[in-house]
Amino acid sequence: MAKRIDVSGLTAYYGSHKAIEDISMTVEPRSVTAFIGPSGCGKSTFLRTLNRMHEVTSGGRVEGKVLLDDEDLYGSGIDPVSVRREVGMVFQRPNPFPTMSIFDNVAAGLRLNGNYKKSELSDIVERSLKGANLWNEVKDRLNKPGSGLSGGQQQRLCIARAIAVEPNVLLMDEPCSALDPISTLAIEDLIGELKERFTIVIVTHNMQQAARVSDRTAFFNLSAVGQPGKLIEIDDTERIFSNPSVQATEDYISGRFG
Amino acid sequence: MSTATTTPKRPSTLRGARLPKWAPWAIAAGSVALGLGISAAAGLHSSIQWALIAALLHVFGTYVIAARVENRRQAKDRVVTSLVWVAFLLAVVPLASLVWSTVQRGVKVLDVYFLTHSMGVVADSETGGGIYHAILGTLQQVGLATLIAAPIGVLTAIYLVEYGRGNLARSVTFFVDVMTGIPSIVAGLFILSIMLMFDMEPFGFAGSLALAILMMPVVVRSTEEMLKLVPNELREASLALGVPKWRTILKVVLPTSIGGITTGIMLAIARIAGETAPVLLLVFGSKFINANPFDGAQASLPLYIYQQYGSGEATAYDRAWAASLTLIAFVMVLNLVARGIARWKAPKTGR
Amino acid sequence: MDTTQIADAPPPTPQTPPAEQKRAARGATRPGDRIFLGLSRGSGILLLVIMAAIAGFLTYRAFLAISKDDGNFLTTFAWNTGANPPVFGIAVLAYGTIVSSIIAMIIAVPVAVAIALFLTHYAPRRLSGPIAYVIDLLAAVPSIVYGLWGALILVPHMNGLFGWLNDYLGWTGIFSWQGGAARSMLTVGILLAIMILPIITNVSREVFRQVPQMHEEAALALGATRWEVIRMSVLPFGRSGVISASMLGLGRALGETMAVATVLSPDFLIHTSLLDPGGGTFAQNIASKFSEATEFGRDALIASGLVLFVITLLVNGAARAIIARRKEYSGANA
Repeated sequence: MAKRIDVSGLTAYYGSHKAIEDISMTVEPRSVTAFIGPSGCGKSTFLRTLNRMHEVTSGGRVEGKVLLDDEDLYGSGIDPVSVRREVGMVFQRPNPFPTMSIFDNVAAGLRLNGNYKKSELSDIVERSLKGANLWNEVKDRLNKPGSGLSGGQQQRLCIARAIAVEPNVLLMDEPCSALDPISTLAIEDLIGELKERFTIVIVTHNMQQAARVSDRTAFFNLSAVGQPGKLIEIDDTERIFSNPSVQATEDYISGRFG
Repeated sequence: MSTATTTPKRPSTLRGARLPKWAPWAIAAGSVALGLGISAAAGLHSSIQWALIAALLHVFGTYVIAARVENRRQAKDRVVTSLVWVAFLLAVVPLASLVWSTVQRGVKVLDVYFLTHSMGVVADSETGGGIYHAILGTLQQVGLATLIAAPIGVLTAIYLVEYGRGNLARSVTFFVDVMTGIPSIVAGLFILSIMLMFDMEPFGFAGSLALAILMMPVVVRSTEEMLKLVPNELREASLALGVPKWRTILKVVLPTSIGGITTGIMLAIARIAGETAPVLLLVFGSKFINANPFDGAQASLPLYIYQQYGSGEATAYDRAWAASLTLIAFVMVLNLVARGIARWKAPKTGR
Repeated sequence: MDTTQIADAPPPTPQTPPAEQKRAARGATRPGDRIFLGLSRGSGILLLVIMAAIAGFLTYRAFLAISKDDGNFLTTFAWNTGANPPVFGIAVLAYGTIVSSIIAMIIAVPVAVAIALFLTHYAPRRLSGPIAYVIDLLAAVPSIVYGLWGALILVPHMNGLFGWLNDYLGWTGIFSWQGGAARSMLTVGILLAIMILPIITNVSREVFRQVPQMHEEAALALGATRWEVIRMSVLPFGRSGVISASMLGLGRALGETMAVATVLSPDFLIHTSLLDPGGGTFAQNIASKFSEATEFGRDALIASGLVLFVITLLVNGAARAIIARRKEYSGANA
């Protein structure tokens, strides 16, 4: 299922403001790639261009190519709705649908995409919740609203919702920044399990987290406020954290700025 | 574990058949043309009819075409899009017609003479006459109502925001809500029942009282909102300097929110200036200039429109339209100025 | 005196040291503070007194009238307050008020919700701002102007539609038409719908605008189309807001006087057909009958106004209850 992402020459705008410029990189299937960098460097924007969520914000516009196993997401005739089904996303703040039950939250994406039998649906919901390490905590209250869960549980519910539709890629935009350390640990363990099945891209502010969960790490930076963010380097996580090839990366990682 | 078994393998393509960008416009144009054609063929004259036919054709056509070319989900999405557009256009028509016909028919007799003369010696079937007496009456009644309602409303809001915590505040809040919903004619009947008690004849100030009842809850609500926008830090800063609470409210809280409060009061004035029902019951209307709101029947602009309409004469209709245009202009100017003030004096709450 | 002051003082926040509380309490006894508190609290109490007086006076005058009514006030199909003994009842008025308001709601609510969605989710951004502003202004157009427009422009335009309804749906009885002027309940309902459209649209638009971005993005990221986003996150979030907006509109429609009085050609019968002229509403009946009414006749009209008052209170109370529930609900999810 997992697919490779090939980005070349990608530039994204908010209206006339250029947010990121000329980014090229490859993300291997069944791996975890972490994006790190100072605030405002465009790493979240870049993440959102990977499932065409960037164009949802007003004035959002993209130039360049994003190939998902050889198919350009921004090619003509591509339906952004189908793109978002293939490339799932988990957001910074847990966002279960507040009016839906836990079960309906997980089933929401499936119900959009065709008719499932009830038994089929509960199988997939159960499998997804197990996949998100949440099943044991919620199996007795599947019909309760998802908003009654703790923050960490809600985030895992959102992950279950995202993986229920079996996407090829899972994007995570700072998934732990609103969570306490224990919930963070649970999500990090989960990411390790999920990479067996999905291509995972995660944006994080926490460098220890990047070092713990990712196989490869990309460092983004911007030369000054108001300037577009750029990809400085991408390499194996170990190399980035021990012996980066660019001075700016080392400065950032060793805490000399940002 | 059982990933592969239950999930049907979907076609890996992200590509789906899509209608071209111009398709919705083409369908819209086609349905309008067809709607007109059908109406012409069937000899239907009403514009409402062909518009309805065209709207139905558009919604239906969109669904069928999209369902064939794309898929059911896309078709549903497109139908809702066209429904939303159709609803918008259908609603625009009457509202635009209202504004257009008022302006077009209103300018016919609206001139300086019309604004400066009363109906004193003019029969309904004659041309001439004007609305001077009605404007005078409206300004006096609304002015008096504002003098009563604005201070009470603002003070009540101050009580609710700055002092009120207990049961009293809760019940005031509740009854302000209830009061907002009172039909204007009921407010008129209330004052009327008092007047019946004391055997009083209609006079302008009675109308003002009813209008004040309608105005108070609106002022309370808007002032409350504005006072709540004043950051607590400001109050605390002033109190911490040893300034008494009442001076804090007068010198810090009110000046900060004065723009919004003014806007709220002006919008409330605009609302009551167009009220007809209580004025009909309490002020009764008159053809003559009566500059004393405390004695004898008075005219008012909305009531003038109603009575000119009621006379059924073509000349009176012209005057009714002209008076409507004047009233709308008055209300709109109040609204625009009020919003202008709101924008200009918006409290800076950003931190 | 002391107890009320404690009730009125802001609740001491946990971090306020006791010394400051004492000073605040002493501050309230300064003459300036006492006067100011007295004035503002007095205004609040005055509002309560006015509400009580409205209920009291209306009830008293209504009692004077109803006690002499020779018919049944609730079920009589007549309004002969000048007769001896007087016979009058509100059956026709209640029917007309409710039917015209229901028609208005059936038309206005879906259209208003659609326009609100149009403004928040469909219209080009550059267009939606000005349109919302204009709709805001339209909400301020006085009802007498709607009435004049309804009577002189809308009524003649209804003939084609009425003929059509009669041709195809006349057999139902509800939509049969004998060709009289279109001064009927349906026209009134349509006019009321046009009048309450701006207010329902405005409130709904506000609610839809407050839908958190993250709920919409959640749906988008699952591969939802625009409609599916609306169905999954916008409508559930906005439902109670739309309901209370509709209740506000309903309250207006129930109490609307002039627009009905100018358009309707009233009689004291209940017509099965919505297209034939006739019927009446509470507010319209008061406005139309008032100028010729004797003092007793006015008391009878006050009695009918009391019924209208109670109905609008119930509707508004329901709206407030829904809004209050919504607050709890959104608080739980904050």
